[in-house]
Amino acid sequence: MTPILLNTGDMLMAAGLIVGCAALSLVLSLGIHRTLVVAAIRMAVQLVLTGSVLLFVFGRSSVWLTLLVLAFMFSAATFEVGSRQVARLTPAWHFGIGGFSTMTGTIIVVLVGLLTALQPHPWYQARTAIPMTGLLLGNVMNATSLSMNTLLSMVSRERAAIEARLILGATRAEAMNSLIRQSIRTALIPTLNQMAAAGVITLPGIMTGQILAGMDPFEASKYQIVLMSLIVSGNMIGATLSAVLTSARLSDARGRLRLDHLAR
Amino acid sequence: MRALGNAHAGPFEFDVPAGACLVITGMSGAGKSVLLRMMADLDPHQGDVALDGRFCSAMPAHRWRRQVVYLPAEPGWWSDSVLDHIPDDVLTRGLMAKAGLRAGVLNDPVHRLSTGERQRLALVRGLRLAPRALLMDEPCSALDEATTLMVEAMMREVMTGGTAIVLVSHDSAQAMRMADLRRELANGHFVGVDS
Repeated sequence: MTPILLNTGDMLMAAGLIVGCAALSLVLSLGIHRTLVVAAIRMAVQLVLTGSVLLFVFGRSSVWLTLLVLAFMFSAATFEVGSRQVARLTPAWHFGIGGFSTMTGTIIVVLVGLLTALQPHPWYQARTAIPMTGLLLGNVMNATSLSMNTLLSMVSRERAAIEARLILGATRAEAMNSLIRQSIRTALIPTLNQMAAAGVITLPGIMTGQILAGMDPFEASKYQIVLMSLIVSGNMIGATLSAVLTSARLSDARGRLRLDHLAR
Repeated sequence: MRALGNAHAGPFEFDVPAGACLVITGMSGAGKSVLLRMMADLDPHQGDVALDGRFCSAMPAHRWRRQVVYLPAEPGWWSDSVLDHIPDDVLTRGLMAKAGLRAGVLNDPVHRLSTGERQRLALVRGLRLAPRALLMDEPCSALDEATTLMVEAMMREVMTGGTAIVLVSHDSAQAMRMADLRRELANGHFVGVDS
């Protein structure tokens, strides 16, 4: 198992590609060169920083340091999950529900993974726990934010339809049921696509990484299967929790639709 | 039926005896729909409404709304198929005939129906629940004279069965025909005297 290490030349090549893309944007007047360069620099800085921090944390094997890194990741996810949504709840509820759902979904599947399949020693070992959490957190965050976004934008549009059900004696759960299910389904579409494409159309990231790092492809595929199952489960939990909690927040105990709980 | 709503509009205090029709008139924005929505417990409010002596706050909201059915001026539809909202049975067919709706309406997509057809279908949908009280917001605004009279006949029939009706109407002729009681709303309050 000898990983292929990258040298300065390789990094320059990567930079060259970005510059090439920016040049193409100028030539075709796509107007994205500025954004592209900023995004590339931002990405490079973030990744190099992450690499260095992880190098440091892995060297210490301290539970507290690991927890600190995880807490930082969760806070960032909580912020990101609620961003980029047009219709939103009032801030405390918006980020509260988004963050809670993302964290719950992630923590459950991370624990399942660490305590059953991977079993590092000790189970909270930074070298396993942090990358695992990062991988799952990113996926669960996507699903949760898609689910919330779908529900929030549909509820305001479908107000008359929801109230038509309420008027005829439906409970709030019955009236919002179809919207909740639609939100969860929408949230899971990217994951389902990813699963369907896995191995045939794309070689999934974890498997690619393992193979490049020198693992036997068959073993790498088993890794990918377990991780993919964890991702789907985490996404399902996150998407379901956020849809149910958001719909609960948009109604009240008297079964009324409370669009006044949306942020203006 | 006795009502004590109170929020953006009101406070209101009035009784509608079983089988009677209270007509509420007033300019647009006077709070007529707000009042009906509060009575159906669709908007937060203070105060309480009672039906046959049983308070709204004392029962689950969905059970209340099944007995006190609110028919908004623009009914909502949760799918484009009429049959998703109303089953095709004897009860539906009977009510549709009384409302002057052709039977083919059941198989049409909702978006193809006229406003008047949708209004009457929503009435059929609501009456299927056999409500004890009907809160109607401009139920005939899109109907011609003859059809309006058919709908009024249906309203009288449910009133004979003991159902109380609160009717919001801009049509003074209709108000004259239907009203057992009349109230006028202005700026969220009743004005004038009972008739």
